[in-house]
Amino acid sequence: MCGIVGLYSKSPAVGEQLGAHLARMLVQMSGRGPDSAGVAIYRDPLPAGESKLSLHANGPVDWTAVEARLAAGLGVAAAEVLAERHARFTVSAEAEEAERWVERELPELHVMSAGRAIEIYKEALAPEAFAERFALDRLRGSHALGHTRMATESRVTTEGSHPFSTGLDLCLVHNGSLSNHNRLRRMLRREGISIRTENDSEVAAGYLTWRLREGASLEQALEGCLVDLDGFFTFAVGTADGFAVLRDPIACKPAVMAETDEWVAMASEYRALAVLPGAERARVWEPEPARVYSWGRGSHDAGDRESLSGCGAARPAEATPA
Amino acid sequence: MTVAEGVELVDLAAGGLRELNARLHAAAGEGGAPRAWRIVNPGGRHNVAVGLDAAVDVEVEGHVGYYCAGMNQRATVRVRGNAGVGVAENMMSGTVVVHGDASQSAGATARGGLLVVHGNASARCAISLKGADVVVRGSIGHMGAFMAQRGRLVVCGDAGDSLGDSLYEARVYVRGEVAGLGADCVEKELREEHLAELRALLLDAGIEGVDAAGFRRYGSARTLYSFKVDDAGSYA
Repeated sequence: MCGIVGLYSKSPAVGEQLGAHLARMLVQMSGRGPDSAGVAIYRDPLPAGESKLSLHANGPVDWTAVEARLAAGLGVAAAEVLAERHARFTVSAEAEEAERWVERELPELHVMSAGRAIEIYKEALAPEAFAERFALDRLRGSHALGHTRMATESRVTTEGSHPFSTGLDLCLVHNGSLSNHNRLRRMLRREGISIRTENDSEVAAGYLTWRLREGASLEQALEGCLVDLDGFFTFAVGTADGFAVLRDPIACKPAVMAETDEWVAMASEYRALAVLPGAERARVWEPEPARVYSWGRGSHDAGDRESLSGCGAARPAEATPA
Repeated sequence: MTVAEGVELVDLAAGGLRELNARLHAAAGEGGAPRAWRIVNPGGRHNVAVGLDAAVDVEVEGHVGYYCAGMNQRATVRVRGNAGVGVAENMMSGTVVVHGDASQSAGATARGGLLVVHGNASARCAISLKGADVVVRGSIGHMGAFMAQRGRLVVCGDAGDSLGDSLYEARVYVRGEVAGLGADCVEKELREEHLAELRALLLDAGIEGVDAAGFRRYGSARTLYSFKVDDAGSYA
C-alpha cells in the first residue's frame, strides 16, 4: 500500500492554498497509509548565499540552543519550531555547506532536507493528525509532494517516513517495495552515500543521489531505476521547480494524473484528486509504465517549460473523461 | 438538477455509499423498488454499485474508484467518467459501460455479461477472464487477457506488451498494433464465424464505425496446457 500525492500550482490562487489542498489530498489517502505521513513543500525560494534546513531531533532538544549554535556557525536569518522535535532554519550559507556543517557540529540532529526552496515535514502520525500537528493548511507554496505510509520493509519511525531527501532541493516518495535494497545499500554506502535506516525507499532515494552526483540528469537517474532497482514502485520526485513521476514496468502500484489550467497533480488514486478545485473538469489519465513524466519551470533538465513532458500523444488525448 | 420521473437520485457528495449499496442490493427482492438510479458526485469512491443482483439501471455521473460494479449480476451500470482498478471484476451477467478510461484489471475474472470501455483500459485488462465479453473502444495496456480462460476480448485500438500470456480458450481480437504477444499466444485466422461474432459484439457494445474485417484474432497455441516430462528441465 502507501499513498502518494503531488500538486503543482499553475495559478496564484492554488499556490496560496497549496498546504490546505495537500492536506485534503493526504487525508484521502489515509486508508492506504495510516502509519505515518509526510510532505515536501517548495516555497519562498531564497537567494544565493542562503538556504533552508528542515531539522529533526530523535530525542528531547533545546531549539533555542540549536539556533544559537547555527547563528554562531552559519548565521541565522529565520527560525521556526514546527513541532516538538521539528524545526526549520534559514541560514546564511549555501545548502551544501550548511548541511555538512550540521552533520559535523550537531550530529544529534537529522537534516531532513536542505535547499533554497524545499521543506520536509514527516512524522509517525496518521495523515489527519499529521496535517493538524504541522498546520499544513497555513502553508503557501509553488508545489508539494506528500506520502502516507503503510510500513512493510522497516520500522514505523520519523526517519523511516517519506519524503526522503535525495540531494539539495530534491526528494522522493515511494509506493511499493524493493527486493534488492540490502545489496544496493551496501553498494551505495561504499560509494559514500549516507543511508540512515533499513528502509527500502531510502535506498531508492540514495540511488538517485548517487546517480545525480555521478553526473546523470534527473531523467537519466530515473531511467536507471528501471534497470537497477528490483521490485515494485511508483515514485514521485520533487525538484526545485517541479516534480517527476515514474512507475516500474510491471506497474502493479497505481498512479493517476490530472491537469487543469490551475494545477497539475498526481496521486495513487483519483479520490485524492477529487478534492481539488475543478477536478471534475480536469484532464485525467493513468501514467504509462516505465516512462518518466515531469513538470518544471526551468533549471535542471526540464528546459523552459511549464507543462508535461514524456507523455505520449495518443493516449492522454483520448483519455479526456466523458 | 432534473431527473426523469421514476429515477432515484443519490448524491454521494456527503457519503452514504454503504447505504446506497444496501438499497441497490435490496432492489432485487422488492417489487416496488426503483428500477432506475442516478448517482452523482462519486468522487472516486471505491465499491460503487458492487454486488448488484437485480435488473436495475444505474447511471454514475463522474469518476469512480476501485471495483465499481464488481460481481455484477443482471444490472446495467454506466459510468459517465473514468473507472479505477477492477471495474466489473468477477461480473456474472449484466452490462457495465465506462464512458471514460478504465484502470488496471478491468473485467478481471468476469464470468458473464458485457463490459464496454469507450476510452482506454490500462494493464491487465480481462485478466483471467472466465466467460464474459470485454470490448474496448480505445487501447489497452500490457498483459491484456493474461491467463484468460473463456470469453472474448475486443480491442479497437492497440494492445500493450505480452498480450494473451498463458492464454487458455478465450478469444482475443485487436484492430491496431500489438506491442508483443505473451507466452503461448499466437495469431489465428479470422474466419467468417469470427467476423460474425465480432460484428455482434461491436453491435452489443454500441460501437459504430468500426469494421470487423480490420481486426486480427489471437488465441492459445495450447502448448502450455499440461506438464510435459520433456520440459522438466525448464522448471529447475
